[in-house]
Amino acid sequence: MKRRAFVSGAAASAVALPLLGGCAATPSIQPADPVGSGDLGLVVERASGSLAVVNTSRPAVLGRIEGLGDLSHASIVYARDGARGFVFGRDGALTRVNLLTRRIEARVQQAGNSIGGAISQDGTLVAAQNYQPGGVKVFDARTLALVADIPALDAQGKRSRVVGLADLPGRRFIYSLFDADAICIADLSDPQSPRVTRLDGIGRQPYDALLTPDGRHYIAGLFGEDGLALVDLWAERPQVQRVLGGYGRGQQPLPVYKMPHLRGWAVAGREAWLPAIGHHEVLVADTTSWAEVGRVAVAGQPVFVMAQPDGRRVWVNFALPDYHKVQVIDVPTRRVVHGFEPGRAVLHLEFTPRGEAVWISARDDNRVLVVDTASWRTLATLDVRSPSGIFFTARAARVGL
Amino acid sequence: MSSASLPRPWLLLSLLALLLSAAAGASAQAPATVEPTRQQALLRMVRQDCGACHGMQLTGGLGPAITAQALAEGERSPELVFATIWYGRPGTPMPPWRGLLSEAEARWMSAQLLAGLPALNGGPR
Repeated sequence: MKRRAFVSGAAASAVALPLLGGCAATPSIQPADPVGSGDLGLVVERASGSLAVVNTSRPAVLGRIEGLGDLSHASIVYARDGARGFVFGRDGALTRVNLLTRRIEARVQQAGNSIGGAISQDGTLVAAQNYQPGGVKVFDARTLALVADIPALDAQGKRSRVVGLADLPGRRFIYSLFDADAICIADLSDPQSPRVTRLDGIGRQPYDALLTPDGRHYIAGLFGEDGLALVDLWAERPQVQRVLGGYGRGQQPLPVYKMPHLRGWAVAGREAWLPAIGHHEVLVADTTSWAEVGRVAVAGQPVFVMAQPDGRRVWVNFALPDYHKVQVIDVPTRRVVHGFEPGRAVLHLEFTPRGEAVWISARDDNRVLVVDTASWRTLATLDVRSPSGIFFTARAARVGL
Repeated sequence: MSSASLPRPWLLLSLLALLLSAAAGASAQAPATVEPTRQQALLRMVRQDCGACHGMQLTGGLGPAITAQALAEGERSPELVFATIWYGRPGTPMPPWRGLLSEAEARWMSAQLLAGLPALNGGPR
């Protein structure tokens, strides 16, 4: 009995301060018991320019942060304290928010049109990838002062849209140029004079990219051709290798109503699981040889192909008109073992840090579902306005996110 | 509560679209062929799904800006806007939407884009 009481008291204090007042058994008179950030997260409310602050241990919306502008396709990276998030808005605004105080701490209008960003390994620099004007801008994470402005140019000197930005060890960032068929690595070990290494001719129209969890391989998906561009970043002189070329050979590609997203962990065990653009398939590649070792037929064109944290299963959502469905693939057998319809317009899924649950946003039903990854049971349904991206603070400790 | 009061604004909107597309010399079929509830779904589709590439405020992203102002500045005709929606733009990520829309719906949508969608959160039209 005694032990039970202790445990529930500890749980309450970890979740939210105001609850402490109700814990008569707790003799604590400390006015501000420290609160952790490890079970917090943000859900983008794309239509209202707000963020829902959520708790993942006891699924709940704790509050909102408002006034963030156009958040369609917004993404978030976290400072290492897990308490501060950097929000990259479609309208080119970069905003630092604090999940504990639920306030905006700093905000700059840094471009006309932005699509995402990354934070450096040491947490000191934040980089934004911009469509308009095409390039990467790097900011001091503390002050949001501009540190470096790196234009992205094609062979004619015209600006290119930037996609697939990720952090690399040692204050470096890697990104792809949609309009210039190139991958760039910017080294900001001296922030005043960034050095950019450029790999050209990587394949037509890279649309997004991912960094493997170990930070070794960068993989850019190609819209303009069947295949992916792979860079081994541990090589002395990183080069581009084309992998999974011609995966759609002999098949008529379908119209792509939504671009797949590669960012997120699509690496499970020794395999990388990737969306086949224009096809109702998920591709499986061996991460040693990078040869195709399988493909799995799914219910639509995959958008997110996400491995559970343990890598045992891969969860897939789809482009419209199939975006009311989610399917789950068993990694060892490469079979679809579960499928369900969480709601209308499923835009994103995010696993809790250790993977016991997955949160799924259903934009047109204004709700987020929390689903048990072992039993498939729905654990909670949360009211969130037009939810899109879901970002938990555990991302703070991961390279490439 | 809102379902009974909804048709009126949409009726006005479609009338407006009809007038505007007529003024622009559109060869469009009568927008009246798109039911009011479907019009609502289409407007949502423009913001949310077209918005995946063009931005929810239609100010651009992977795809170009398609606000009424941007279309006017680019001198985009109703026929061109319709054809872009209907056939897509080969070589770019713009897909043909004829698999998901009827021709009348695509024409109605292009008229809406050229006239300017109802403002959202005070953003540009």
